[in-house]
Amino acid sequence: MAGAPAHAGTEPVISVRDVVVSYNGRRVLDGINLDISRGETMVLLGGSGSGKSTLLRQIIGLERPQSGRILVNGVDLANCRLEDLKKLRRSIGVAFQNAALFNSMSVEDNVALPLREHTRLEESTIRLMTWMKLAVVGLAEFGKLSPQALSGGMKKRAAVARALSLDPEILVFDEPSAGLDPIVAAELDELILGLKRAFNMTVVVVTHEMASAFRIADRMAMLYKGSLIAVGTKGELQSNSHPRIRQFFDRVPDKIADTGALDEYFQRYLEGGSV
Amino acid sequence: MTTSIVERVGGATLRHVEYVGALVIQLRNALGALRRTLPLVGNRYRWRSAIHQMLAVGVDAFPMVGIMAVCAGFILAMQGASELRRFGAMQFVVDLVTIGFTRELGPLLTAIAVSGRSGSAFSAEIGSMVVTEEIDALRTMAIDPVEFVLAPKFLAALIVLPCLTVISSACGILAGGLFMRLSTDMALSVYLRYVVQSIVLRDVMTGLVKSLAFATIIVHVGCLEGFRVHGGPDAVGRSATAAVVKSTFLVILADVGFTAIFYLTGGK
Repeated sequence: MAGAPAHAGTEPVISVRDVVVSYNGRRVLDGINLDISRGETMVLLGGSGSGKSTLLRQIIGLERPQSGRILVNGVDLANCRLEDLKKLRRSIGVAFQNAALFNSMSVEDNVALPLREHTRLEESTIRLMTWMKLAVVGLAEFGKLSPQALSGGMKKRAAVARALSLDPEILVFDEPSAGLDPIVAAELDELILGLKRAFNMTVVVVTHEMASAFRIADRMAMLYKGSLIAVGTKGELQSNSHPRIRQFFDRVPDKIADTGALDEYFQRYLEGGSV
Repeated sequence: MTTSIVERVGGATLRHVEYVGALVIQLRNALGALRRTLPLVGNRYRWRSAIHQMLAVGVDAFPMVGIMAVCAGFILAMQGASELRRFGAMQFVVDLVTIGFTRELGPLLTAIAVSGRSGSAFSAEIGSMVVTEEIDALRTMAIDPVEFVLAPKFLAALIVLPCLTVISSACGILAGGLFMRLSTDMALSVYLRYVVQSIVLRDVMTGLVKSLAFATIIVHVGCLEGFRVHGGPDAVGRSATAAVVKSTFLVILADVGFTAIFYLTGGK
């Protein structure tokens, strides 16, 4: 799957080349190659421990790879200076899995934070822009509240508003549906689609929720044990015969090594005997 | 077996060297960020945050530091008096309490109280921010966590610890005066006159320099422990404990160093 091609005719905004990441001698990412085109929604799929969150942390520059290159807008994250990385980060908005809002600030102060830090705008302008970002995610009337007063879905939407505050070119979501009920998760999917339509952003989403992935993805990349085993459109992945992809799509559990012992355990448990 | 002992000693040494190195790097980054925390020339949001920290680290600690100093003042005066009265030298209790507090007990008691209250709070706050990805969020927003989180605490501690030290010394000395009033009927005005005669500017400056060093240790150890949290809420708890233990230990170690320097350079 090396050098997975970007959408034909479009330049890649994110290029991952031969990226290797190891923790304590264990390879978490093993020679990853991936291109993400400008304006597309790429969903990184994979089970727990597949390396998808690690790949995301590499793409947003929170960690640097042991070898390989990650080019975002032409800047090599593996070798660039801290100042260049900081400049680049302003063009990437990240919505974290648990929202990562600052509880010591109100929701609107959370959203205003990047504007206050990186612009010299008047406070009245910042307030107006903050209100607009909150309105985009449907939280305009909740700005004065503390993040602790919001529900899980609202927190995630507030995190999206904060990620949008500097009008980023790239929007990144880490497990947007995690911990949400199906209705709220679907609302968040619609929000992601709406944002993409409205602002033509490049969107990268890490998830293991298949329904969400199929709803929002232009293309998907499937990770397994630190390697990219498939990259393609929804149709291409659905028709892929790779056993791990089939297992993931069909929700088949891994085989338990000693099923006999487990069956015996359950049997004795159901019979009320000592286990 | 020999190899394993050598390995263990070597490993422990490397860990300690690495820890001190991390403290030094963090201190250098914080000193760079300190200017942006100052009023007028810096970022007004950092200064506002520093004021909040001053209230939390200084004003809220005042009753505790005051009571500790009063108790220590009584203890020092009573212990001193029990020996000195045998030689009919009760007036030296005044010198003992005054010099003891301005040079030593004022800064040390304050540092231990602030280390217990705020050192643990710093590490728990930052550790929670690490666990909930707030520190990562800051970095992805191109905001330096050291400048945003640590620098206001550092500035606040550098301002309030010397203030608390002066208050602590004053409380301890006044407690000594109260003891003298009760035990020898020495009027407070007379006691204070002796105090003024005993106080030397050099001693006061010694105490204040120490308090600045202690503030630096408490903030940096507390924050480094927080930034190094890995895992869940239990790791946050462990980091708070480690912050108090390490900062108290380093404060006492630094105190030994400072006292030795002042002694060798002519302090009486």
